[in-house]
Amino acid sequence: MTSNSNIKKRKKSFNIDAPLHVTGRTKYLDDLSELAGTLFAKVYYSKIAYGHIESMDTSKAATMAGVIQIISYKDIPGENQVGGIIPDEPLLAEQEVHFIGMPILIIVAETELIAHKASQLIEVNIQAKEVIIDPIEAYQRKHFLSDPIALKMGDTDSSFLDCEYVFEGRAESGGQEHVYLEPQGAYAIPNGDGSIKIYSSTQGPTAVQRTVAKVLGVSMNKIEVDVNRIGGGFGGKEDQASPWAAMVALASFLTNRPVKYILERGEDLQMTGKRHPYRSRYKIGLDKNYKIVAFEGQYFQNGGAAADLSPAVLGRTLFHATNSYFIPNVTVDAYSCRTNLPPNTAFRGFGGPQGMYVIEAAIHHAARKIGIPAQLIQERNLLEEGSEFSYGQKTEACEAKNCWFQAKNRYDIGQLESDIKQYNADNKYTKKGLALMPICFGISFTNTMMNNARALVHVYSDGSVGISTGAIEMGQGVSSKMIQVAASNFGIEERQIKLETTNTTRVANTSPSAASATADLNGKALQDACKQIISRLKKLLVTKWDIPKSNVLIFDNNTITSKDNQHSILWKDLIRLAFQNRINLSAKGHYATPRINFDNTTRKGHPFAYHVYGTAITTCTVDCIRGNYEFDAVQIVHDFGTSMNRAVDLGQIEGGLAQGIGWMTMEELIYNEAGVLKSSNLANYKIPDIYSVPKEVAVHYLETAGSDLAILKSKAVGEPPLMYGIGAYFALCNAILAYNAQATITYVAPMTAEKVLMSLYS
Amino acid sequence: MITFILNNQLVKTSAASGIALLDFIRKEKQLKGSKLVCKEGECGACSILVGELTEDGVFYQSMTSCITPLVNAQGKHIVTIEGLNMETLSPVQKAMVDAYGTQCGFCTPGFVVSLSGYLLANETVSTAGIIGAIDGNICRCTGYKSIERAAENIIAQVQQDLSKISIDRLVAEKYIPTYFKNIPERLLAIQPIETTTNGTVKLGGGTDLYVQRPVAMYETEAMPIYDRSAMKGIEIKDGFCTFGAAETMGSLYRSELFKKALPDSDYIFKLLSSTQIRNMATIGGNLVNASPIGDFTILLLALDSTLILEKDGNRRSLALKEFYKGYKQIDLNGGEVLEKIRFKLPSNLTKFHFEKVSQRKYFDIASVNFASKFELKDGLIQDIHLAVGGVGPIPTYLHKTSAFLTGKILTEVLIKAAISTLYTEIAPISDARGSADYKRLLARQLFIAQFLAIEQADLVFEKIIISV
Repeated sequence: MTSNSNIKKRKKSFNIDAPLHVTGRTKYLDDLSELAGTLFAKVYYSKIAYGHIESMDTSKAATMAGVIQIISYKDIPGENQVGGIIPDEPLLAEQEVHFIGMPILIIVAETELIAHKASQLIEVNIQAKEVIIDPIEAYQRKHFLSDPIALKMGDTDSSFLDCEYVFEGRAESGGQEHVYLEPQGAYAIPNGDGSIKIYSSTQGPTAVQRTVAKVLGVSMNKIEVDVNRIGGGFGGKEDQASPWAAMVALASFLTNRPVKYILERGEDLQMTGKRHPYRSRYKIGLDKNYKIVAFEGQYFQNGGAAADLSPAVLGRTLFHATNSYFIPNVTVDAYSCRTNLPPNTAFRGFGGPQGMYVIEAAIHHAARKIGIPAQLIQERNLLEEGSEFSYGQKTEACEAKNCWFQAKNRYDIGQLESDIKQYNADNKYTKKGLALMPICFGISFTNTMMNNARALVHVYSDGSVGISTGAIEMGQGVSSKMIQVAASNFGIEERQIKLETTNTTRVANTSPSAASATADLNGKALQDACKQIISRLKKLLVTKWDIPKSNVLIFDNNTITSKDNQHSILWKDLIRLAFQNRINLSAKGHYATPRINFDNTTRKGHPFAYHVYGTAITTCTVDCIRGNYEFDAVQIVHDFGTSMNRAVDLGQIEGGLAQGIGWMTMEELIYNEAGVLKSSNLANYKIPDIYSVPKEVAVHYLETAGSDLAILKSKAVGEPPLMYGIGAYFALCNAILAYNAQATITYVAPMTAEKVLMSLYS
Repeated sequence: MITFILNNQLVKTSAASGIALLDFIRKEKQLKGSKLVCKEGECGACSILVGELTEDGVFYQSMTSCITPLVNAQGKHIVTIEGLNMETLSPVQKAMVDAYGTQCGFCTPGFVVSLSGYLLANETVSTAGIIGAIDGNICRCTGYKSIERAAENIIAQVQQDLSKISIDRLVAEKYIPTYFKNIPERLLAIQPIETTTNGTVKLGGGTDLYVQRPVAMYETEAMPIYDRSAMKGIEIKDGFCTFGAAETMGSLYRSELFKKALPDSDYIFKLLSSTQIRNMATIGGNLVNASPIGDFTILLLALDSTLILEKDGNRRSLALKEFYKGYKQIDLNGGEVLEKIRFKLPSNLTKFHFEKVSQRKYFDIASVNFASKFELKDGLIQDIHLAVGGVGPIPTYLHKTSAFLTGKILTEVLIKAAISTLYTEIAPISDARGSADYKRLLARQLFIAQFLAIEQADLVFEKIIISV
């Protein structure tokens, strides 16, 4: 048994990967040495957003020296299908193209340069059709990717009649490119027996395996997927890593040679989906005490040309439509609209941020019209213990108010506000603004089926330990956390444990590393495996020491001691003994999150294992001459449960916040009417640099009991902090209003320097 | 044959001179620490150090190897992350580990190289300075705060000893491997660095060519001018500042002479791209590129600069404001090379000002940039030159607005009146840098901003700004 004090002691900061990263020794996909004879693939994609393929001429490219094969959909032995949730997305276009960047052909050549040149010799004649890029236009034409969904609680229609204040409006949020620094890619190596090994930069090895098997028309056991780690994912490699793997596997299958494809940045930006842009409508009703009585929202999700993960993303938008507030009457409807953009996909927050932005816009709108600070409305409507969400779940161990009031007190909101008032009185051309942003984020895959994981543990006869899980390390620190889980269970040092690559032959049927739940699910499965081994070891010691079974054994400090301190043995010696006694020193652990459920017919249930809470105070300064701005500070109180690795968790808060601010401010995807992405390189699509992030980021660790469903009671931390960034939008609004009280606020994010200037002088 | 030192190894290669240095490092030399991310110098994950032999030893600068032509490595010391590794972590590496400045790790080698390069390039250091050295390194995971903490720790450690930083000191304190000490003599053995080829495409730092047409450059025999001595040097003489077109933004930034020619220009350089790109981008390249939004072009237009163009030993002078003939069209004859740039030194009465607004405040392309130079004598505006970028097909010298203001008393009424003249001279279009309406408004704002710093009783800008 692992004692409580032992767990506490193990809760320390540690990053297993850092020494490798700082020396450049970490191996990513493109750093693997290529086998001799490796071929290189490249996609020829559509330059037209919607149209019919009239003709194709590949003859010039095919006869070029060094070109091995040009693959079209006709060469696919299995299904030409990569759709994850709904089978609506071909790997390679057949008769029609549906977005710019849709793959049509795969060129396989001896070098990347030859493949590139060959791609320029291909001529595809496409008869263009009318393009739709606006989700509301798609909605009007009933172009849906999946059925509309809704959540309903109470009765909004009648409640609005009793409201003192009712406001209606529109809010829009833009898409967001992931800009994982490591581009998409995969490397397939044929084993000669019809099976293929694939190295993939993916968050979902099983998704890759399943997709490749389907495309090749082989069973899943013929496809092995191996991932050492990836250079960032943020959701962009949850589902959308699969097509590239399918392409190299297909090319490898057809040529019987190793085939590699690493996308160039421009290809990655053109061909892959992004965070979903949303256009939304809201109606909010408040009583005279500023209690929100009723809220209605309609959400028009720009899903792009195929479903991808859009239906699931849409679901989470509704789950988070009321953010951290209790509203008794709620009606929210959401539509996944099919347009001619690349299929949009998962991105940290997974639709949650888009939902939360709308309610915050509605509150800001109401506050401005009533003439009170938005935070007054926010504060009066925070969730309490037992508050019911529109999806039927009730809060447990709710920390919404605790976070809010601790943030206000700890960072002295009164002083902050009076400082800003004084500053704005003293400065003509620069103005400061402040906004509070509470968050409440549900942890679990909203698709209950996916909430399970497995892990494999080997204790070797010398006492060293190897562990495999389904988790993918992508910077979130899950490797360190997995090692901590094993170390704390066995009572040994982290350095005695090796974390293996994530491989579908060792851990099968995995869920992707996503939904912030990777450490919880895989950690719990790992704990299960460790406990099985511990239980076998314990049985051995009970016999050896001849002690009652009830005697507690403590695994700590590489020693196992009976609680009465009468017996002890070194870990190493115990393992040798177990080995000599033919004890099984390997175990496979399994975990399925208990309690969670959701009924898609009644649209009610208990979809989340628990919720994560927090509050951020954002302060900014706007240059009212030039329209640019900076963030002075973001001060946060965050509910970590009891963090198992404070430094890693802090990194998630700071990084998530920066990404959220980027989404709300400078990151702007620009498509023209023909569906052409104008911001198609990193010169035109800007993500935060070191000068763009807040000058000060303060994070207070709200230590709470945590949840039994969180690994070591350390709550999930991956996605929630992104939504603190929403505060940046409203802080900017408030600074603009300090300069021009009549300014038009459009609630169209991102709030670029352009929008700020146009608003200042509106 | 291109010869250089890569980390601790002499390299002699007959690889195509136009390939990107990063490809050579990763593919030919199998050094995989430098990462390929964007191929346009926009992220710094491929950052390397380029050491050049000078009179005072080897001078190291950070550059992005993804758009560095292999030929520009000739005679230099190229340092990748592998060349900084020792048996134990350097204090820079350790600071990044201790501050948890690395998450997915893909950007990390670039940060370590830039941070280490800062120590190599400066005798005295500051926190603001080291943060500036990583202004071209993008991280998508950390939000930078942990990296800032690492950088602060590095500075605190270095400043424990107040003696000047030198290669010897950095070696002694294990910031860099010992082999750095012998690099000067090893470089001396492989000089000269100037290379001549039969190529026709003139190649400076490569910062635009390698972004616009990387594949073509791979197979192009280029005419490298980056190290051409005739196009180097900064001189102040007879009331003029003259400098070579192959001087980089970075070299002008560091030049004490140039600071005399353009006082208080630090804020300007900080607005121009990133450290790595400034270290590569030549001023000549910025001018002949003819981008309507080139920052240095706008700045030099407002300085009323003159170009010296050379062909076969013959030279002609041309006012920069006459150089641009249309979108990406310049008055440069076949075989002619932009050799030098010259502008008049400011007097005590001269006011010079530069403004730039972009989507991201730093390390971005301007939506609109604006520069002015004028003299203010008894309240009268004299010798005024205004230039604005991003509002037309060429970098725009504002002839009419400049003429309108000449000889008049600077008042709010005058500026207001000038705005309507300004509007007649600009014709912005909507693109990725903003809508036409926005750029027009921004041009007005940046025009007003030219005069904001001038203290004069009858200038009440609030009135102008609110009421125009």
